[in-house]
Amino acid sequence: MAVHATQQIDNSALWGGKVSPFSTSYGKLMMWFFLVSDALTFGGLLIAYGYTRHDAQDACKRGVVRWMIATIIGGFFFVGSQAWEWYHFIHGSEFGKVELVDGSQAIVRGHFGEIENFKVTVAGKHHKKGDVITEDLMHQYQHAVVAGNIENGVITLHDGSKATITKAADSHFEMIIKKDGKKHKVGDKLEGDKACKQYYEVINSGVANKVIYGANLKQNEYGPQQYAQFFFFITGFHGFHVFSGVVINIIICLGAVAGTYHKRGHYEMVEKTGLYWHFVDLVWVFVFTFFYLV
Amino acid sequence: MERDDIIEYSLDAHHSEEAGKAIRKKILNVTILLTLITVIEVIVGAKWGRATTTGTTWQMIKYGYIVLTLVKAAYIVLVFMHLGDEKKSLKYVVLVPYILFILYLIFIALMEALAVGNAWSTYGG
Repeated sequence: MAVHATQQIDNSALWGGKVSPFSTSYGKLMMWFFLVSDALTFGGLLIAYGYTRHDAQDACKRGVVRWMIATIIGGFFFVGSQAWEWYHFIHGSEFGKVELVDGSQAIVRGHFGEIENFKVTVAGKHHKKGDVITEDLMHQYQHAVVAGNIENGVITLHDGSKATITKAADSHFEMIIKKDGKKHKVGDKLEGDKACKQYYEVINSGVANKVIYGANLKQNEYGPQQYAQFFFFITGFHGFHVFSGVVINIIICLGAVAGTYHKRGHYEMVEKTGLYWHFVDLVWVFVFTFFYLV
Repeated sequence: MERDDIIEYSLDAHHSEEAGKAIRKKILNVTILLTLITVIEVIVGAKWGRATTTGTTWQMIKYGYIVLTLVKAAYIVLVFMHLGDEKKSLKYVVLVPYILFILYLIFIALMEALAVGNAWSTYGG
């Protein structure tokens, strides 16, 4: 515990070298050494990410068990939050990033009007003429947009059937240009019906790969491709630390329940695990700032 | 070999109830402070985020974020990780080499990145 370190250590407990250099145990010191090296790894990763950002042209047993269980539940919450975040990051926005007719690329903001149904006009393998499809609409719609299977409001589905799309109107529509084209330059803002028309011109063109939804290691809706690589590597590396921390916390919690540390005479193992756990928190503070805030 | 994990101090582990209360209160206070800082960061990010804010205002917000991050990091290391209660020598052995190395790495990597960026915009990449 925090209050112990300043006290003298009894001769019988000193190190092999007879002197504990920092009035702390071998195990705790090694945890600190590990954490410094791990901090260098994370520091190096975040600074490498910063590089690509800058080269752009722009102690009682019951108490212990109670807190350990709370910590483990919290840990599952952190891992779950990250899974949620990754899920949405990978699947992307409803509009996606679009390449306009003049070759410029734009991200879209606004409220996406809900897709209500597909009415089949030409039968395919599964759907008959006159069928009204109401399930899994967004997924099929985005697939068709990427594959260039939408022309003039008519979607060609996987089974070869064709259907008309019924969709509510979008609102607060605006596009921000992220890559120069023949007409639009980076930073241009296109708003209102005219912008909306330009966007759906692309959607209804029947040309493949003009819209990107979400991010993975091959494409990135939100920015330069390398940022997605850094995002997945660094948050993944951190997420794995959180997961390891939860596992280690469970092991230590079981140790506390079994009375291992009580028999040993001290709960330093809980402190050492706590050092690791709070280090993961420390890493998150920096990941949060450099990926989500600045 | 002598056991090095049985340390005399561990036998004094039964601090008084009052001391325990003070420790828990400190942990709670720091937790509240860190939560408060994060809430402020998120509110500022939502109202004046990087997508909508530019120029000097954004520069100030950005450096403000970095300062607040360092404040949070200091509280985590010194209080949650107990480094503030360790001997001075251990504090310095952990912090000084790391800080020196990381400041150097930030300086050299970002200077290099700016130079590369300039070269690309001048000569084409």
